Amino acid sequence: MGEISIEGLQKRFPDGTLAVEHLDLAIGEGELFVMLGPSGCGKTTTLRCIAGLERHTAGHIRIGGDLVDDLRPSERDIAMVFQFYALYPHMTARENIAFPLRAEGLRDADVGDRVAEAARMLRLEGLLDRRPGRLSGGEQQRVALARAMVRHPRAFLMDEPLTNLDAELRADMRAELKHLQQRLGTTMVYVTHDQVEAMALGHRIAIMREGRLEQLGTPLEVYDRPATLFCARFIGSPPMNLVDVELTNGALTGPGGLAIEPPAGLVRGVRLVAGLRPEALDVTDPGAEGTVAGRVVSEEMLGDEVIYVIETGGTDLHVRMPPTTHYGSEAPVGIRHAGGPPPVYDPGTEQVVA
Amino acid sequence: MGSIRAEGLRKAFGDVEALDGVSLDVPDGAFFVVLGPSGAGKTTTLRSIAGLERLDEGTVHLDGLDATRAAPAARDLAMVFQSYALYPKRTAFENIASPLRARRLPRADIAHRVRQVAELLHIERLMERRPAQMSGGEQQRVALARALVREPRAFLMDEPLTNLDLKLRVEMRTELTRIHRSLRGTFLYVTNDQVEAMSMADQVAVLREGRVQQTGAPREVYERPANRWVAGFVGSPRINLLSCRADGDRLVGDGGWSLPRPSWAAVEPGRPLLLGLRAEDLSLDRRDEASSLDGELYAIEPLGDRTLVDVQVGGVVVKVKARPSAGGRPGERLAVAVDLDRAHLFDADTGVAVPR
Repeated sequence: MGEISIEGLQKRFPDGTLAVEHLDLAIGEGELFVMLGPSGCGKTTTLRCIAGLERHTAGHIRIGGDLVDDLRPSERDIAMVFQFYALYPHMTARENIAFPLRAEGLRDADVGDRVAEAARMLRLEGLLDRRPGRLSGGEQQRVALARAMVRHPRAFLMDEPLTNLDAELRADMRAELKHLQQRLGTTMVYVTHDQVEAMALGHRIAIMREGRLEQLGTPLEVYDRPATLFCARFIGSPPMNLVDVELTNGALTGPGGLAIEPPAGLVRGVRLVAGLRPEALDVTDPGAEGTVAGRVVSEEMLGDEVIYVIETGGTDLHVRMPPTTHYGSEAPVGIRHAGGPPPVYDPGTEQVVA
Repeated sequence: MGSIRAEGLRKAFGDVEALDGVSLDVPDGAFFVVLGPSGAGKTTTLRSIAGLERLDEGTVHLDGLDATRAAPAARDLAMVFQSYALYPKRTAFENIASPLRARRLPRADIAHRVRQVAELLHIERLMERRPAQMSGGEQQRVALARALVREPRAFLMDEPLTNLDLKLRVEMRTELTRIHRSLRGTFLYVTNDQVEAMSMADQVAVLREGRVQQTGAPREVYERPANRWVAGFVGSPRINLLSCRADGDRLVGDGGWSLPRPSWAAVEPGRPLLLGLRAEDLSLDRRDEASSLDGELYAIEPLGDRTLVDVQVGGVVVKVKARPSAGGRPGERLAVAVDLDRAHLFDADTGVAVPR
């Protein structure tokens, strides 16, 4: 059915640019799979190769077990959704949704059934006679999705579909999209550069960099244990604190003498960098047990949490605290690590080592 | 010195009332943020204070003196815009020095001032580069340095971080707070990003449709929003708003749910209300049969440090802040415990908060 397998994918453009260097992925039937990375990482090129809009220069793509390397986009039985706004402005929602079916030459009665089914799933029943200009952004998005759905494709391919929406609508549509995908059970490959969106949506996330896979995992796996320093910097806001640490007699020490629980398997005598999430640090009154001395550089009250920047031993650390704490700028404080063993990296190879 | 007092500002562009009686009182040395959606009148407010817009009505006082009719240059205010507007053929040093050269300061003084500001913004190593050789974040710092070098009465900033990527924005937020503290100048800062407003301001004025909805410290605006728009604009995820009515000592929701009426909420029976519940004041772990909402799991959004659980309650999707490992299947029945002490009530017709 809708599983997608990619083996040794490579895409070199005629000008010599290597957009995808080497990629192996196995996307499961019914999975919401996110490809995440900065611009130029190869995520959109990969999606376009799956869709058949680009011809890869090496490797194989299979959809539902069928080799599709030489098939045209229309023969691959997938639906591509770019920006959700690509609706025909002079057609009603109903006509927009029916369009791909009419193009296939389906009978009127069947077209009507399929449109009604999609409209019901996407709660568009009352809006079918409106033109896009009279629909809200979210409604237009649902119409575009309905249009992609009616063909009952084996997979949806989506390229940054929420990018042009304002922040509030984006947050709403994110939940909506995830809910729908789960109800439909159709495989979805979703490309974004927004790490929050990737985390919130994906069953699994492939983090890409310069045409290669940097890490593959569930949202919590990539958040809790980024495989490389690149991933550690890319996922989470404020980002993970990456601090130089020293291992002596089995104890791990960070800036200002900060005690960190060492993960198993650390090798002595090499330079190490630990990744401390802002919520794995605590700000306390100065001198509290188990803390080292720090100073508040800034306090950012965000309503449901406070983000502190704390300076200790010449290093600035981001700390996430509940809104009930209050330490003003320049206040002397204590800081401690309280989050269990963090991932530790070799700054030479940039890979996680423990 | 640098206090700004704007009173009753009105400005129409044709039929559009951009400012409908805006008043702001910005004390000397404040980091004052005007927050609102696009079209609220933020930029017009700022431009009016700078003297770049002619007001239909209202007054602007700078350090207690009436400046309503003063020319922009006479107001001694520095503007920072979201586009950097650097001279492309000049180096960073020359760009930063340009306002001082225009004032014919001695060469040594100029070099000294530029060096000071460059240090403050950590851009010493960029001094010989041209804008094209700098990243967006570096250009923004240079633009900021050019504004800061003048030591004006106050700095007016119009969404200066909008064009930067998320990482840089987070960095620059901390940076601006630090710069504000070391300069002790007055910052009047306009943005549509509530995180910027919450994190940097000591005072926030929330603007909507040309009117100030509420002015206060970030914590105040978050915890005691004056109306449904302020509540909806401040905080992420957005506050959940559920339609309901008071019925005796209960609140009865349009979707069929019912909760005890908070003791402080003296409201007319039957009056249409909106119950405002923030995601962090809802819980899936706490057992509280007396005050909970029954719903169905809609979607799960893991964000790393927390997971948002979307729950459908009587036709409305409510976002609940849960622990990172929270999970479940769509359609699963859930009870959402409500912390009614932290709930908000708004009049559904006027939007105004029910006093507590």
